[in-house]
Amino acid sequence: MKKYVCLICSYEYDPGKGDPAAGIKPGTSFEDLPDDWVCPVCGVGKDQFEPM
Amino acid sequence: MNDGFKAVQVAEGVYWVGAVDWGIRDFHGYLTSRGTTYNAYLVMDRKITLIDTVKAPFVDEMLRRIASVVGSNRISYVVSNHSEMDHSGGLPEVVSRIRPEKVFASSMGAKALAEHFGQRIPVTAVEDGGELSLGETSLRFFETRMLHWPDSMFSWLGQRKILFSQDAFGMHLASSERFADLIDAGLLEKEAAKYYANILLPFSGLVKKLLSKVSGLGLDIEILAPDHGPVWRKDPGRMISLYSAWADLAPGRKAVVVYDTMWGSTAKMARSVAEGLESGGALPVVMPMASCHRSDVATELLGAGAIAAGSPTLNNGLFPTMADVLSYLKGLKPRILAGAAFGSYGWSGESISLLSAILDEMKIPQAGECLKVKYVPDEAALDRCFMLGKALAEKLR
Repeated sequence: MKKYVCLICSYEYDPGKGDPAAGIKPGTSFEDLPDDWVCPVCGVGKDQFEPM
Repeated sequence: MNDGFKAVQVAEGVYWVGAVDWGIRDFHGYLTSRGTTYNAYLVMDRKITLIDTVKAPFVDEMLRRIASVVGSNRISYVVSNHSEMDHSGGLPEVVSRIRPEKVFASSMGAKALAEHFGQRIPVTAVEDGGELSLGETSLRFFETRMLHWPDSMFSWLGQRKILFSQDAFGMHLASSERFADLIDAGLLEKEAAKYYANILLPFSGLVKKLLSKVSGLGLDIEILAPDHGPVWRKDPGRMISLYSAWADLAPGRKAVVVYDTMWGSTAKMARSVAEGLESGGALPVVMPMASCHRSDVATELLGAGAIAAGSPTLNNGLFPTMADVLSYLKGLKPRILAGAAFGSYGWSGESISLLSAILDEMKIPQAGECLKVKYVPDEAALDRCFMLGKALAEKLR
């Protein structure tokens, strides 16, 4: 599963780690994140991410 | 108290109660050659509300302006549209002196304020699109994440048609005039462009999305009240259309030649590169770092198509001013079509490949080879500089 990077703040979404603070379990691919998931650092939406 | 610090009425029941910082010149690395203002606004209603505060040393000035309208202890609500310390620095003192019922911020703002001031300030998070009744009037909140911080939001006072836009649509300009229509239009555009280039440029994509969101909301904005610079009470659409133009700005024929020099060699090269650019149809702007400020270079890059960077090698590295300006520019993610690296050296000459590596990191394709000249450029070397400038100009056709 690919890591994705936030184009705005450079936060890296690592599917292996997920985003537990937002209820995203480890092992969740970027594609499977809900549409309303936002960058935990800067708050922008999924459309501001690109694969690394 | 009659000490001259008065509020300025912006609309019925709405006052500017901010502070003017005439003296500031270094605003976290941005040259504010005309100072700035920290704008705070007071909305008079059953729940008297203060929108944003000022930088900490200016709290007294703000409180005196508030006192010219109403006893500050009568303020019920404080809204923090942006948690950066030029707008929130006064918040701890305001909270301890005024003891408002509530402090409001976006959800990211509530977190950011806690990360600035600990738990001293109890903050109530508001939702994107949420509404807060003040009595006769009400505020609606719109998150503007990363414009230009995660916490940023707009507050809309619909009954008075005022958009409190925090840093968006602002500029660093100290003035005794509070309204844009009383200030020279050319000066306003220049300072607003500098602000956009130095603060908002990396977020241009988000600016476009926000402008379309705002236009979709159909807000009938009559007054635009930013956190820096003048209030727009006539033709607020002018600022909004300028933002739209800057967010969409395509790289043009302008080419910025930015360099520093030790004994004049890299300066000679820079002049030849600029001549080559001009002969190729580009419009060079030459910026020696000994006399130019990084934030002015960033401003020139707004709408430029090319950058040529020149540095001598000092102790196996970049000349410090060039490392400084390129580090700054890299963070601003300018949209540049083409770049070039050049410089003079004495023995090792690393600076030129270091410049080239930074242009690569900035994803700026380079025209031609990097140009290194040992000690002093002769005619042949200056011809090569000229040709490099010309090759760079051709990338802008």
